[in-house]
Amino acid sequence: MSSTNNHFMLEVKNLNKKFGEVHAVRNLNFQIKKGEIFGFLGPNGAGKSTTMRMITCYIPPSSGSIQVDGHDTLTEGLSVRKKIGYLPENNPLYNDMKVQEYLSFVGEIRGIKGSSLKKRIDELFAICGLNKMAQRQIGKLSKGYRQRVGLAQAMMHNPDLLILDEPMSGLDPNQIIEIRHLIKSLGQEKTVIYCSHILSEVSATCNRILIINEGQIVATGTPDELTSRSSKGNRYLTRIKGDRADIEGKLSSIPGVSGVQVVNVASEWVTAEVIATQDDIGEAIFRCVVDNGLSLAELKRESASLEDVFTQLTRG
Amino acid sequence: MSSILTIFKKEFKSFFISPIAYVFITVYLVITGFLFFQSFFLINQADMRGYFSLLPWVFLFFVPAITMRSWAEEKKVKTLELLLSWPVSDFQVVFGKFLAAFGFLSIAILLSVTIPITISILGSPDPGPIIGGYMGALLMGAAYLSIGLWVSSYTENQIVAFILGVVVTFVFFFIGSPFVTMVAPSWLVPIMNYIGLGNHFESIERGVIDSRDILYYLSITGFFLFLNVQSLGSRKWE
Repeated sequence: MSSTNNHFMLEVKNLNKKFGEVHAVRNLNFQIKKGEIFGFLGPNGAGKSTTMRMITCYIPPSSGSIQVDGHDTLTEGLSVRKKIGYLPENNPLYNDMKVQEYLSFVGEIRGIKGSSLKKRIDELFAICGLNKMAQRQIGKLSKGYRQRVGLAQAMMHNPDLLILDEPMSGLDPNQIIEIRHLIKSLGQEKTVIYCSHILSEVSATCNRILIINEGQIVATGTPDELTSRSSKGNRYLTRIKGDRADIEGKLSSIPGVSGVQVVNVASEWVTAEVIATQDDIGEAIFRCVVDNGLSLAELKRESASLEDVFTQLTRG
Repeated sequence: MSSILTIFKKEFKSFFISPIAYVFITVYLVITGFLFFQSFFLINQADMRGYFSLLPWVFLFFVPAITMRSWAEEKKVKTLELLLSWPVSDFQVVFGKFLAAFGFLSIAILLSVTIPITISILGSPDPGPIIGGYMGALLMGAAYLSIGLWVSSYTENQIVAFILGVVVTFVFFFIGSPFVTMVAPSWLVPIMNYIGLGNHFESIERGVIDSRDILYYLSITGFFLFLNVQSLGSRKWE
């Protein structure tokens, strides 16, 4: 009923999942807008796959609700599953089938028939680079090709919501770039949920990221927003010629600097890390060095990566 | 309906992908043929009673071998999660798999037509009981299959599925045999006689097809398919 003017593709409300004593997912709340590429991050065992299983109606939530384009997973499971394309974790496939045979089977189950099925499979072969593999047995394919078959399966019916659980595992760097482009182009009109524990991947592809740990949301935002959260954001790496104690003292006296750590001393060159409480202190460091008549070989702002954010957030 | 057909086609084909299917059918035909003809010439009667009386025993081992893979493999390779993320109901998947196994068993059973042909050359058998016997064998096979399929849904190990299948069908077979009913409390005997998988085949063996026996096999099949749907759904209970 609410599906007509609902601009959320996915709405998760107070989602909980308990397996006996284990509380796998705790009170998850988030929405995904249509057309977003949404990164779902967390270390192994954080509850990512459990959440995906609940979204795809494989298991029901212990409490809370999930709506996919306005359809509830508990009461309208069939409509929900029609909207979703799913690549599960570890990409399970029917190993004894041939690639083309398998995709025909998936298409038929999705209600695509005859010439339109043939056309769609040809399209998917082209998109996923599977042309040469059509008559190969799936069990004998390399991991990269298996992954492509899994992707083709998930995209079969051109789903409104594409859920990819660790889609890049087993792919080589070239393939990763290909698939990344594919996901980005899909994300222009479709909604994609991208589960991973590899952050560089997610930050390169996603508009918005949610990080969970031990079943709880620990952070959510755009990749930039998350990066700026890190305490490593205001660190500068410097290499200055001179006496170690002298340099330490001078750098510490700059307003806004909270600490100086000498990393390395090689002949006369001192490499030090300057930790600042405020942003944009680079110029002040440069002035300080020049005013004191010292030589500067390097001055670099250390940009925090999502890896740092991730590590900080998931280690508590 | 079309989903059931799609699943049926896929499952049915998958039986014939590996050579095991052909080995299976060959072994089935050789063993049943051998056991039958061993006594056929001694009894010297042109009928297939002796053949059909073997089937409840032979099925005990052959049918779980057909069904052991059905769910165990899906669970082991984790394709079950994928399969159930497609727009199909649990029932459609169960029934599609059942039909495929039934199709396979039917082929094995019907390939034994060489036996009635041989008998017709040697003598002049009454076709009625033979046709009835085949129908009965298919019905009984369906009941065995539904049990094997259900059992397979509890494990991801094919061997375990096979052994459990043999044990469970054997219990249902044994329960109605005179060996057990002799020592059972008398009020239980009629129930056990009714439940026993083999008892309903005795009249079929003789060539008498009773609607009660048909109903029995159909309801056993339906009951275990129902249990199968429930056991698939049990992932949702935790």
